Amino acid sequence: MHSIPGRRLILSLFLVFLLLPIYWLVNMSLKTNGEIVSTMNLWPHQPTLENYIRIFTDESWYTGYINSLKYVVINTVISIAVALPAAYAFSRYRFLGDKHLFFWLLSNRMAPAAVYALPFFNLYSAIGLFDTPWAVALAHCIFNVPLAVWILEGFVSGVPREIDETAFLDGYSFPRFFVKILMPLIASGIGVAAFFCFMFSWVELLLARTLTSVDAKPISAVMTRTVSAAGMDWGLLAAAGVLTIIPGALVIWFVRNYIARGFALGRV
Amino acid sequence: MDKTINQKAWLLVLPVFLVVAFSAILPLMTVVNYSMQDTFGNNQFFWNGVGWFKELLDPSSDLGSRFFASLWRNLFFSAVILLIEVPLGIVVALSMPRQGWSVAACLVIMALPLLIPWNVVGTIWQIFGRPDIGLLGYTLNHIGINYNYVSNEFDAWATVIVMDVWHWTSLVALLCYAGLKSIPDAYYQAAQIDGASRWAVFTAIQLPKMKRVLLIAVLLRFMDSFMIYTEPFVVTGGGPGNSTTFISIELVKIALGQFDLGKAAALSLVYNLIIIIVCWVFYTVMTNAGVERRAAKGAA
Repeated sequence: MHSIPGRRLILSLFLVFLLLPIYWLVNMSLKTNGEIVSTMNLWPHQPTLENYIRIFTDESWYTGYINSLKYVVINTVISIAVALPAAYAFSRYRFLGDKHLFFWLLSNRMAPAAVYALPFFNLYSAIGLFDTPWAVALAHCIFNVPLAVWILEGFVSGVPREIDETAFLDGYSFPRFFVKILMPLIASGIGVAAFFCFMFSWVELLLARTLTSVDAKPISAVMTRTVSAAGMDWGLLAAAGVLTIIPGALVIWFVRNYIARGFALGRV
Repeated sequence: MDKTINQKAWLLVLPVFLVVAFSAILPLMTVVNYSMQDTFGNNQFFWNGVGWFKELLDPSSDLGSRFFASLWRNLFFSAVILLIEVPLGIVVALSMPRQGWSVAACLVIMALPLLIPWNVVGTIWQIFGRPDIGLLGYTLNHIGINYNYVSNEFDAWATVIVMDVWHWTSLVALLCYAGLKSIPDAYYQAAQIDGASRWAVFTAIQLPKMKRVLLIAVLLRFMDSFMIYTEPFVVTGGGPGNSTTFISIELVKIALGQFDLGKAAALSLVYNLIIIIVCWVFYTVMTNAGVERRAAKGAA
């Protein structure tokens, strides 16, 4: 009853539609530029790893990946750390202005990055964080913290209140209860929230590019600049693109059983 | 409501409040400040009152015409992608297998586009769509369709829309799938006993159960498409001409390209205001839906 007629066909077509452009990128990354420009081959006839080797041996390329990973990790840690207690508060208590605060947080998740690009540039230049991973990590908090609160609140609400009460009766202090009992119970929720923080920080370009210039330049910015300066080096561009897909693919594999629930922000 | 009133909860919320306030309120104050001033370089600023806002909301001025043109373009884009992605997402979710290894495989493949950096999404479609080296562009031109997203407005729009469908339909599908999974088997068995048709099962059981996640999907998709920047920027650069210049692209052009801080700030505030209003409408609808659900549970 769950399924609809022709579902295999629909699903297969959709998955092919998703994979085809990605396949083409991988295909390009394994070709030489000569082959790309001269002929139209559905698969590389003279496969080469030269594009990848260039990226792994050129410091300006591979530091881009390290820089990106740095701010993504810092951002994920900050977002989860501040969001956990807040999620508990929103889930368990009513307090002055709670609904307004929640809406305000939500509205920040929706704020366009383009609006904040310039003020962030001023702000982080003024406090001396410009061109460090911290600037990008803090800037990305504007959309990741609300998201983390939203997801974690759903998961905390799934934990029965009786558990809190029993723990307090047993003499647990609040911090101990939080770390020893609550956090293990919502471990999958923390994983999902971390996944989403990772994801949205990893895919964002505008703020990351605006807030860095040399030392902390993320891979996405390295891609746009180097390529336009050197003319169109399609093979290299494709290889760099493929390498940015890999971390995401790895992370998806670990959370595959929770993806659906996470996308529903823990609210199904 | 079984929540207890406890003002100390503010202590738990305080870190979030501080972090977000630092990133949101301080910069917003800068924007408000700029929006009232004019600058001629050299860090000299002059009071301009509501001048920029007047110009922005006047469609006959240069700034106003650019703003309204990109606003309508953006709204049209959001409407089109919602009309495609929501039904397609529901159909894909209904087509998902129920169990076995294929579920995990489908989920991973579907989540893949969501994890690709936005500029790489642009790059992928740039390469895929080029008439000379891209599979799509090459094939289309070979079967007799003259396709070139760099010079033809319609092709540019089609590319940007198909790219967004490629990028984000999975999100709608995954949300709907999560909603469908929460339906107990007993519902389907009851429907079978009643002899309900496939369509009746969809409208009476599946759609109501998906209502909440669909709201989230529409909210997220509307917001994200309304502030889309990177993907069309990489593929078309806003062109040909201004045909795919959405609000964010226009804004970045004014702010970081021309460094017209006053104009950019005024545009930012109006842009933000539109987003907050839409957000508020969705939020109210969503919380009301939640209250109804709780009330229904309480009655049962």
